[in-house]
Amino acid sequence: MKFGVLVFPGSNTDSYNAIQDTIAQPADQVWHTETDLSQYDCIVIPGGSSYGDYVRPGAISQYSPVMEAVKKAAAEGTFILGIGNGFQILTEAGLLPGTFLQNSSLKFRCEHVSLRVENHETPFTVDYEPGEIIRIPIAHGFGNYYCDEDTLAKLHSNRQIVFRYEEENPNGSVDQIAGIVNEQGNVVGMMPRPERAVHALLGSEDGKKIFTSILRTWREKHDAKTASE
Amino acid sequence: MIKATVYVTIKQSVLDPQGKAAQSALQALGFDEVEEVRIGKYIELELNTADQAAAEARVKEMCEKLLVNTVIEDYRYELSEAQEREGVR
Repeated sequence: MKFGVLVFPGSNTDSYNAIQDTIAQPADQVWHTETDLSQYDCIVIPGGSSYGDYVRPGAISQYSPVMEAVKKAAAEGTFILGIGNGFQILTEAGLLPGTFLQNSSLKFRCEHVSLRVENHETPFTVDYEPGEIIRIPIAHGFGNYYCDEDTLAKLHSNRQIVFRYEEENPNGSVDQIAGIVNEQGNVVGMMPRPERAVHALLGSEDGKKIFTSILRTWREKHDAKTASE
Repeated sequence: MIKATVYVTIKQSVLDPQGKAAQSALQALGFDEVEEVRIGKYIELELNTADQAAAEARVKEMCEKLLVNTVIEDYRYELSEAQEREGVR
């Protein structure tokens, strides 16, 4: 399974390393001017502060050349994961609904939080138990997910909420939302940083299952396809 | 040259955490009459055109595409004749 990890000016590299460390699959770091992503089975839009978060987080990155290829891949069903700033870019690009406001505390929050896995049937969460509580770090100042009531109702009825903050809401997100999936089911965005929770030495390895889940999903789909050929 | 001034504000239906904090701070300073504070952005654009109607359409497009997130923000703009800057032709 081949991963493409996008790199914008200001992205960080933890996701790239986490793919190697958790599932040892081939991965490329793909500069944001690339226009062809057809060789990748999964595209990861990593965290960071692309373009210094100028205008709004993700506002400028949504027009990087690579984003046309991301939109094409999303429409074709390629697995896409946006983490932190990557989630913000996906909402700005219109690939996931809603947007982000500054944390209600006005503070940049950088700490481990508890999440509840609300939907364990997405390509990125199949290895979690239904309702499993996991510990994953956050690191954001604009993680306050916002959408209007109609959108929220749709997220509920389509089971698009993937993670919710458990116990404390660290940023004021609507309905404690920490992660969502698109209607088609192949694009997931989450503010917490699973790539920073892949080893006991990091304080938690609860993020590992994000990566093992996508590998399992891909293998099952791939094997089924190969068997039918 | 036309100067466009864009004002971006957070929609009334959306909570403005920064405005809320400033409101509390002002009240703590004794400005009891402050009932609400909303904080937005002020953007100045200098446009290399003399055509007001065309400039207006372009500014609107700039707002919708990049400068404003219409999910949470409202905007308004003003256009005026800009002074030619020294050294700029």
